[in-house]
Amino acid sequence: MSSVKLTASALAIAAVSATAAAARDQVQVAGSSTVLPYASIVAEAFGENFDFPTPVVESGGSSAGLKRFCQGVGEEHTDIANASRKIREKEIQACAENGVTDIVEVRIGYDGIVFASQLTGPAYTEFTQSDIFNALAPKVMVDGNLVDNPYTKWSDFNADLPAEEILAFIPGTKHGTREVFEEKVIAVGCAETGAMEAMIAGGMDEDTAEDACLQVRSDGRSVDIDGDYTETLASIDANSNAVGVFGLAFYENNTDVLKVATMAGVAPTTESIASGEYPVSRPLFFYVKKAHIGVIPGLKEFAEFFVADEIAGPDGPLAEYGLVSDPELADTQNAVADEKTMSAEM
Amino acid sequence: MTDTSFTPPGRVPAPRHGSLITLDARTKKRNAAEKRFRMYGIAAIATGLIFLTVLLSAIIANGKGAFQQTFITTQVFFDPAKLDKNGDRNIDDIKKVSTFGYTPLLHNAIFAEVTDRGIETPLTKASEMKALISASAAAQVRDAVIANPDLIGETVEFRILASSRVDGYLKGRVSRESVIRDKSIDAEHLDLTDALADAGVIEKRFNLSFITGADASESRAEQAGMGVSILGSLFMMLVVLVLSLPIGVAASIYLEEFAKQNRWTDLIEVNISNLAAVPSIVFGILGLAVFIQFAHLPQSAPLVGGLVLTLMTLPTIIISTRASLKAVPPSIRDAALGIGASKMQSVVHHVLPLAAPGILTGTIIGLAQALGETAPLLLIGMVGYIASNYPDGIASGFLDPNSAMPAQIYEWAKRADPAYYERAWGGIIILLVVLLSMNLIAIILRRRFERRW
Repeated sequence: MSSVKLTASALAIAAVSATAAAARDQVQVAGSSTVLPYASIVAEAFGENFDFPTPVVESGGSSAGLKRFCQGVGEEHTDIANASRKIREKEIQACAENGVTDIVEVRIGYDGIVFASQLTGPAYTEFTQSDIFNALAPKVMVDGNLVDNPYTKWSDFNADLPAEEILAFIPGTKHGTREVFEEKVIAVGCAETGAMEAMIAGGMDEDTAEDACLQVRSDGRSVDIDGDYTETLASIDANSNAVGVFGLAFYENNTDVLKVATMAGVAPTTESIASGEYPVSRPLFFYVKKAHIGVIPGLKEFAEFFVADEIAGPDGPLAEYGLVSDPELADTQNAVADEKTMSAEM
Repeated sequence: MTDTSFTPPGRVPAPRHGSLITLDARTKKRNAAEKRFRMYGIAAIATGLIFLTVLLSAIIANGKGAFQQTFITTQVFFDPAKLDKNGDRNIDDIKKVSTFGYTPLLHNAIFAEVTDRGIETPLTKASEMKALISASAAAQVRDAVIANPDLIGETVEFRILASSRVDGYLKGRVSRESVIRDKSIDAEHLDLTDALADAGVIEKRFNLSFITGADASESRAEQAGMGVSILGSLFMMLVVLVLSLPIGVAASIYLEEFAKQNRWTDLIEVNISNLAAVPSIVFGILGLAVFIQFAHLPQSAPLVGGLVLTLMTLPTIIISTRASLKAVPPSIRDAALGIGASKMQSVVHHVLPLAAPGILTGTIIGLAQALGETAPLLLIGMVGYIASNYPDGIASGFLDPNSAMPAQIYEWAKRADPAYYERAWGGIIILLVVLLSMNLIAIILRRRFERRW
C-alpha cells in the first residue's frame, strides 16, 4: 500500500515540478549540426566574458531547429535557430501562424564543402564539377548522346584522373550540405557537360530537367552518408579509392589523414572561399526571435557577441576552427545592433 | 538394419564383450568424441577470454590518455596598463576587459619562460606562443583577476592547460609527420614543446577535471570533462529508482501473492516478459511522443530520460522480483497465516524481507542496464547537446537540458578534433568502472543477505 502511495506522490512531484520550470535566464539555441560547433565556441566565450549564464546549445538539424523556433513566443520556446541554409518561405509562414513574426536573420560567415580522399590514396587532386557529374550522374553525355552512365573508372572520362574505380561518399538527403552539393556541383556539371540541354532537347521542360540533373546514380558507386562527417571519414579510411564530401572545418581538423582536391582549379581555403573563387560554399545563418529580446536576459548581447570582430572576424576563434569570415561582417553587426527584422527588409 | 551381427562364413566371430584393458575401436571413438566435446567448451571459453582481453586492452590503451593532461606552469604578469586603464581598480572597468584582452598576457608569459631559459627557437613573436596554450587559459586568469582585483600589477604563478595539439604530441597522438599539413601548430612549436618539457614548464599530470569537468566546445578538446553528464546520469537514475522500484515491486507482489490465475493475469505476465525484450529505441520514440510532444515536458531533460528508462527497466525489475518472491518457501507464508497474520502482514513482515536481497540485486542490474542505454536518449534530445552548465539545484538537475554518460561518449566520438576520440575512450572507462561497481554491489548484497533453503 505504502509503495503505491509513494509512487503516486513521486509522479505528482514530477508533474508539478515540470510545470514549475519557468523563469528561464539562459539563452536557448537549437538547430543545424554544422553551426553547432561555432555556436558552442561562441556560447563558451560568452559565458566566460559576460555575467549572463552560458547559453544552451543543441543540435538536431536546420529544419528541426527552425521548427522548434517557429512553435511560438514565450519562455518555453527557443530564442535562436541555427541553420546551414536560408529560412524557407514556408517556414516563415509557419512562424507567423504561431505568432513569431519578427525574425532577425544573421549571417555568420561561410562554410566550404570540399572533396577529400585518403592521404596516401590515389591522386585525386583536381576535380571539376563536370568530373563529379560524369562520375555520379545516372545519365551522362557520351559522344553527344545522353546515355546511362557507362563509366566505372575516373579515367574513363578524364584521362588526367587516376584509373581507379569510382566510389564517392556524399551527404545524405537530410543534410543541408546535400543541397549545396547538388546545386553547386552536380547542377553545374550537368549544365557544363551539356546533359541538361540534351534533356530539354529530349522533350523535358526546364524544371523537370533541373530535377533530373540533381539525381545521382544508384548502382552503388555513389553512397549517401546520413550520419556525420566522422562516418564519411571512416568510410574513406576503409576504401582507398573513395572520394568523400566534407566541410572545410572538418577537413582542416583531419589533415593528417585526408588530402583535399581542388575544384575547377581552385584550392579550398578560407581565403578562396571568402573571395568567392572556390565555387562550393554556403552561407551559415542564425535566426533570432525579436520578441524575446529584452525578455530573455543576454539574448541581444549574445547575438552581438556572435558577430563581433573578435569572434567572427578573420582572426577570431570561429575562423580558426574553419568558418570563412563574412567580408560584409560590419553590415551584419549593424543589422543585429538595430534588430533589423526580415519583414523590414522585404 | 545394421549388419554388425552378420558374420561372413569362415571367420571366427569377435567376442561379444571386449576386454576391459584393451579398448575396442568403438569405445576409443566414443572417448575421443567425449574429449573433443570438452575441448569445444574450453575453446569457446578461451575465445571469449581472448575477446575480453583484446577489448579491455584496447579500451585501456586508447582511453588512458584522457586521464592525463598536459599543463603549462607559468608566471603571468597582470599589466595594469591593459587591465585597468583608469588605475582605480573599479570592478566594472576590469570586467570590461574580455578574455581576448588577457590572451596577450599569457602569450607574453610563455614567451618570457622561453627567453629566460635561453631556449633557442625560430619563433620570435610572443603571439606565436598561441599554438601552445588552450583557449580556456584566458578565462582562467580573467576569473582569478575578477575574484581578486588586487592581482593587477602583480606577477602570479598559474598552471594553465596546454593546447590539445601539444597534449597530443606529448602523448604520441600528434606526430611530426602529421603536423606538416596542420594549420594549428607546426614543427617549431613541437621543438619548443620538447625544450619546455625538458625544463619542466610543460608537464603531464593526472587530469581530475576529465572526471569532474563540464563538456567544452569543439575548439577546446583539452578542457572537456564528463562531470556534467555524470550528474545527468545520476539524476536520471534517481528518477528510474524512485519510479521503477515501487511500481515494479508493487506489481510483482500483486501478481505473485494476490492475483488469481486467470486469463487476464496470464495475459499480463506474457506481456511483461515480452516487454523485457522490446528494443530500447521503441521506448525512446514512445518517450518522444508521450512525454515531450504530448505532455510538453522539457526536451533533453534528465527527468524525461529517467521516465523513458523507467519504462525500460520496469520489466527487468518485475521479473527478478517475482523470481525472488517465488523463491521464498510457501511454508513461511503458511506459518504466518497459521498464527493469525493477515495476508498483507505475511507479505510485508515475512515474504518481502526474505525476498529483499533478490529484489535489490535485480534493481541494481536493471539500473546498470539503464545507465548504459543510449538509443532512447537519442530520440529525446540528450545527444547533440553540449553539457557545459552544471545544474544549479535539485530541480534544475531534473529539468535543465543535460546529457548522460553514454550520450556524452557518443557526442565526443562524433567530433572533428581527434583529441575527442581519446576522450570518448576515456569516457568508456569511467562508464565501465561505474557499471562494474554497481554490479559488484549487487553481488555483495546477494552474498551477504541471500538465504537458501
